Amino acid sequence: MLTAIIALSALAGIFGLLLGFAAVQFRVEGDPVADQIDALLPQTQCGQCSYPGCRPYAEAIAAGEAEINQCPPGGEAGVRALAELLGREPIPLNAENGVEKPKALAVIDEATCIGCTLCIQACPVDAILGAPKLMHTIIAQECTGCELCIPPCPVDCISMVPVKETVENWKWPYPDAPAPLAATAERVESEQSSSPVAA
Amino acid sequence: MKEYALILVSTILVNNFVLVKFLGLCPFMGVSRKLETAAGMGLATTFVLTLSSICAYLSNAYLLAPLGLEYLRTITFILVIAVVVQFTEMVVHKTSPLLYQVLGIFLPLITTNCAVLGVALLNIQEQNDFIESGLYGFGAAIGFSLVLVLFAALRERIAVADVPVHFQGAAISLVTAGLMSLAFMGFSGLVRG
Repeated sequence: MLTAIIALSALAGIFGLLLGFAAVQFRVEGDPVADQIDALLPQTQCGQCSYPGCRPYAEAIAAGEAEINQCPPGGEAGVRALAELLGREPIPLNAENGVEKPKALAVIDEATCIGCTLCIQACPVDAILGAPKLMHTIIAQECTGCELCIPPCPVDCISMVPVKETVENWKWPYPDAPAPLAATAERVESEQSSSPVAA
Repeated sequence: MKEYALILVSTILVNNFVLVKFLGLCPFMGVSRKLETAAGMGLATTFVLTLSSICAYLSNAYLLAPLGLEYLRTITFILVIAVVVQFTEMVVHKTSPLLYQVLGIFLPLITTNCAVLGVALLNIQEQNDFIESGLYGFGAAIGFSLVLVLFAALRERIAVADVPVHFQGAAISLVTAGLMSLAFMGFSGLVRG
């Protein structure tokens, strides 16, 4: 009995050491540049950049195969952040990949939904909950607003609803990546109109 | 030399692990939908089966048998197989990214393939020595790959065939597998053992 316990523990211990050693010895270095680029991308996984997701796009940028202006959800701010990281000049968004839109969430009109599951298959982040012939709904916290679920819907019951800034989701803008130009202009305008004699 | 050839013929055709011994059926049904994935799975399995067969033999001969712990075979072999698969995956990932891409997800999947454990246990039952164990594992894996690729080719044809509604999908696949198994029974008598 004791021999068995000792022998098996020893074997497991040796294997554990072997695997631990192998994990260090055979560690595969990921591309650190691609990691940094991936961190700047919005992770909507929308595929508008013509790559299958944010990570493949980041790898393509790192390999010099793609331009930095193919990410509409990232917007001008995203392009600027990428340009700064890579030491390039910021360039305007490529219109072929789409236009920058305010952040929006998909909403399913549950009365119209026929439960076909097509949108579930299209969702890159598994944010849609449902089963065949039962209505589906969108998990708002998970939705990235990529719009990939809209084309497959046979009854057009999915709509994009822009996210309003509320007390819950407002946060300070990042100091290094200036807010999108349009939003900044809007805010400046509204500030001017509300308090014209601030100075 | 002759018995080595016999072991190979026996494991590949006569005692085919999938169609005669009915081991490793889940990858047989699971990854046989496309020829490329079937070939990838076959390659990965060949690699792991040969290696784990040898490692299982070594751990049995030099650890379990001297200590009289034969009753711990199953759990030891599971441990050995899991480690071999993990280790192989790491080494392949580091040394050959191309091979890693080809084998891909199949490598870790093999850990749970019952044919791998079956080979390790049958080696002991048949009292194979070191070289025979290696050959037995290799032959079993070649047989597995052969059947997997053949079956994948059949399924690709079935996918476009006009199958009656009630037989579509898994049903026709299982019927086909059964017919293949019958065909492989024809090899029995080719070799004794």
